[in-house]
Amino acid sequence: MSDRRKRVGSILRAVLDEAIPGGASLAYVFGSGLLYLLLSQIITGMFLVLYYVPSADHAHTTVAYITKEVASGSFIRSIHAYGSSAIIIVLFLHVTQTFLYGSYKGRRKLLWLAGCALFALMLGMSFTGYLLPWDQKAYFATTVGTNILTYVPFVGNSLKTLLRGGTEMGTLTLSRFFVFHVFLIPACVFAFVAIHVFLFRKAGPAGPVQGAPEALKQSTEPFYPKQVLYDLAFAVLIIACLGLLAHYAPVELGPKANPVDTQYVPRPEWYYVPVFQWLKYWESGLAVLGILVIPAFVALLFVALPFLDRRPERRPWKRPVSVSIYGFVFIGLGAMGAISHRNDLRDPNLAPQLAKQRADVQAFMKKPFEPELAGPSLIAATVALTNPVAGKGKKVFDQEGCAECHGEDLTGTSAAPSLIGVGDKHDSAKLESILKQPTDAMTDGGMTPVELNDEDLKSLIAFLKALK
Amino acid sequence: MNHPEEMLGGKTAEISQEGCDGRRRSFLCLLLGAGAAGVGALLSVPLFRFILHPLLTATSSSSWKEIGTVEDLASITSPVKKLVKIEQRDGWRKIVMEKALYVCKDATGQLSVFSSVCPHLGCSVAWHDEKSNFVCPCHNGQFTADGKLLEGPPPRGMDQLEIKVEGDMLVVHYQNFRQLVPHKEVIG
Repeated sequence: MSDRRKRVGSILRAVLDEAIPGGASLAYVFGSGLLYLLLSQIITGMFLVLYYVPSADHAHTTVAYITKEVASGSFIRSIHAYGSSAIIIVLFLHVTQTFLYGSYKGRRKLLWLAGCALFALMLGMSFTGYLLPWDQKAYFATTVGTNILTYVPFVGNSLKTLLRGGTEMGTLTLSRFFVFHVFLIPACVFAFVAIHVFLFRKAGPAGPVQGAPEALKQSTEPFYPKQVLYDLAFAVLIIACLGLLAHYAPVELGPKANPVDTQYVPRPEWYYVPVFQWLKYWESGLAVLGILVIPAFVALLFVALPFLDRRPERRPWKRPVSVSIYGFVFIGLGAMGAISHRNDLRDPNLAPQLAKQRADVQAFMKKPFEPELAGPSLIAATVALTNPVAGKGKKVFDQEGCAECHGEDLTGTSAAPSLIGVGDKHDSAKLESILKQPTDAMTDGGMTPVELNDEDLKSLIAFLKALK
Repeated sequence: MNHPEEMLGGKTAEISQEGCDGRRRSFLCLLLGAGAAGVGALLSVPLFRFILHPLLTATSSSSWKEIGTVEDLASITSPVKKLVKIEQRDGWRKIVMEKALYVCKDATGQLSVFSSVCPHLGCSVAWHDEKSNFVCPCHNGQFTADGKLLEGPPPRGMDQLEIKVEGDMLVVHYQNFRQLVPHKEVIG
């Protein structure tokens, strides 16, 4: 027991007494901030899986359930969703700090490589996680995202089919993305975080970019207490930001994905917008160059940085070439994001559609949670069983193709509202009149007048009447 | 670049010997530990609420369901089994469950309705014509035709359900009751 305590104590001491040349600094807080965020994502993610079901049938309902009904569900989901954005931001700060301080040099080459792997894994996490709520924006953004794979020469289509689990987006796509998001990528993230931290411990903190070695030795400071305090303060800042955002501006959920919606304008998550804008500039002939070759080249340049820039010089002002390239890429990405945003606001075709989509999301958020009816057409089937006239009406309903818009289970789709409860809302005469002559709002939504013989119309009305 | 061990200057090395349990650091350590524990506790509140959601909400809804016309039921000579469909919330689903109940008529012709759920451990009680009583197949609890406990381990008689007549229909208020207690107690 006491041996073990001594061992734990010595590990703790080794960690806390890590010597930082040149002393503690606020510039060093980003790595531990990322560790904290990762922990937060793991915990909130595990909790979300308590209620989430990764299937095209249920994913959206379960996320709506988490968001609208489960105690603190919206808060936890928001922490998880905003957490992914926070990771991208802090990751960018961490990389920029490492880059400006030249901390990838010398014996930190492998540390940099492990970090690059983590960067890619994090982008993979956010890409796969984006689909899971299975709402309109998730569905269409991922449709576009996976379509990009088609640009890969020769095997592009096969790759896309493999990733989607079929030629089209569907429930297998969701299963695959779920497995990537929850098992495969996290397993790799754990491995690379372990490698990254181990290599960091081995190399030791890099310290400031300038100063005589002797002077640095003199001003060396242990990790504890000052750096610990800085790191904790940063963690508290992250907690406060995420907590306030999640509380006052919870993440929304849009209407369920509707693959037949031809109007929907998909937009990726904000940190993918610059890449999205970049894709617009490449016409079919040169697309491979712009979409695959150039990004791959930039990524390779980034990964190979410590091997290309081998001088021991760490001061950024003495490294004008690499610092300008880094700045140029970053400013370029920012500019493309801004251009995309401006286009969306100004384009006379896009702006109203995007506004409509936002309104749809808000309207969906306002509606109370509607539980999913277990089994297809459960209520309809029950009605049909208990009332023979209504049973006949159900057949008419199926023949007329009403289910295409009102849904197989009559709970509605984004094209048409739910019919459950319509029997309570209107009497038979009113039902007859709106079937024969739909209201303007219904006609705008695509409802056509129902033309049936009297008997069929009667049984259809009996069926609708019975939907309570 | 030097190894971190080499970098430990005089002053630093001195402090490092003490670790977190050193006297000079102990107060700060305590403060940090308490702060971290406090923040952790605060953060775990939503997580607990999230997990305990099933405890915080009532799960099943109860509603009045039609059994049949009073006229048809008035002619019964022994308890009859009837099924009612109960809509229930099952997390994010709405399910329709069929529940069995027995309609009985006493000597005065008064109708009463019993849940078929045994008040012992929840098996389904069945009417046996040849014995003229209800028998629970699990632990042999037996009840009379008007639901009173005859013998066996159940702590009370069969649970009678509220009924009323609407038009010519007999409607029942289906509910679940706690098992293993001597007096019936509604749950859910």
